[in-house]
Amino acid sequence: MAQELLWIFISALLINNFTLTYFLGICPFLGVSNKVDTAIRLGLANIFVMIITAIAAWALNTYVLIYAPYLRLISFIIVIASTVQFVEMAIKKWSPELFRALGIFLPLITTNCAILGLALFATNKGYGLLEGIVYALGAGGGVTLALILMAGIREETRILDIPDSVKGTALSLIIAGILSMAFMGFAGMFSAA
Amino acid sequence: MGVDQHTDWDVLIKGLWRENPVFVAVLGMCPTLAVTNTAINSLAMASATFFVLFFSSLFVSLLRKVIAKEVRITTYIVIIATFVSLVDMLLAALVPDIHKELGAFIALIVVNCLILGRQEAFAAKNKVGLALMDAIGMGLGFTIALLMIGIVREILGNGSLFDIPILGASFEPWIIMILPPGGFFTLGFLLLIFNTVAQRRARANAITS
Repeated sequence: MAQELLWIFISALLINNFTLTYFLGICPFLGVSNKVDTAIRLGLANIFVMIITAIAAWALNTYVLIYAPYLRLISFIIVIASTVQFVEMAIKKWSPELFRALGIFLPLITTNCAILGLALFATNKGYGLLEGIVYALGAGGGVTLALILMAGIREETRILDIPDSVKGTALSLIIAGILSMAFMGFAGMFSAA
Repeated sequence: MGVDQHTDWDVLIKGLWRENPVFVAVLGMCPTLAVTNTAINSLAMASATFFVLFFSSLFVSLLRKVIAKEVRITTYIVIIATFVSLVDMLLAALVPDIHKELGAFIALIVVNCLILGRQEAFAAKNKVGLALMDAIGMGLGFTIALLMIGIVREILGNGSLFDIPILGASFEPWIIMILPPGGFFTLGFLLLIFNTVAQRRARANAITS
């Protein structure tokens, strides 16, 4: 059991990294990741929302959607968005400190494809509650890792002399491609063992 | 984005190139990169998105006076999710092979910011006819962009186009192009070409005026 959970975690974190191999959550990856500090906070907010999503998706799948599978997509979106809103209000009240750190990112993240992707993938793989949470931790960690790497590299590129036509999204995409290639190496790490 | 003085034709044409959703606005990146490893997958994804965009724009535009401002985003999402569920079932029934290959990415059309963006920026403020023109223009622009990426990736990564071998047996396929990094590289280089052309044109205009 423990080994299986570890495998789910590593797989979501490195081998099937949400950002670099599934292209989920690309928008913040290309748009926001300019500073390492912002990237860390955005990543943490992501992990947080993902765990809530995993729990919400599991509850929906177990108790509601067996009766009406065609409502899956609609109910996922609405339930996830509203749960995150509630949790956001709760945090604001109980821990202003944490709210300030995650702050503006929470509502933004809700409409991020990584969140819905997590709910859908976890459902397709038939994960239970515990597996779902571990999967969310791995996936969120993977997104955070990608965001931080990207932000770190982009901080460095600011001092370089780059032709105008490459600046911006084109450069970010090419950097992302190289990162993605590097992450493909992790796939070999386990197939050999 | 000005929505006041557009003629119908202009609304249709602007999505194709000048305000192309992928190359200029950089919207809807997730399906753009994830499923464009072959031309056929690109076409399937683009058609599905087109369908959802068209009908969502139709309904949002029809209901624009009924939808309360406070709950508009939620309403749009419910409308979009309904059509995505429909297209998901349609594809599963008509082309099960392609549906299997696209997998969860069909469902992820819901969170394609291109669709929600058009509802908020255009369909909610314009008459039905104009909203549909905009949806067709943006949908075609998205299709063109996806096909461009898909064609490049399939030719280089597989030596074929729409599953027909075109580069001959002596061609060594660049496997990387049909894997995830290939998506990033192809779009990166296409954007680079796009930017260069746009800058040349701007410079030429500056000289002539």
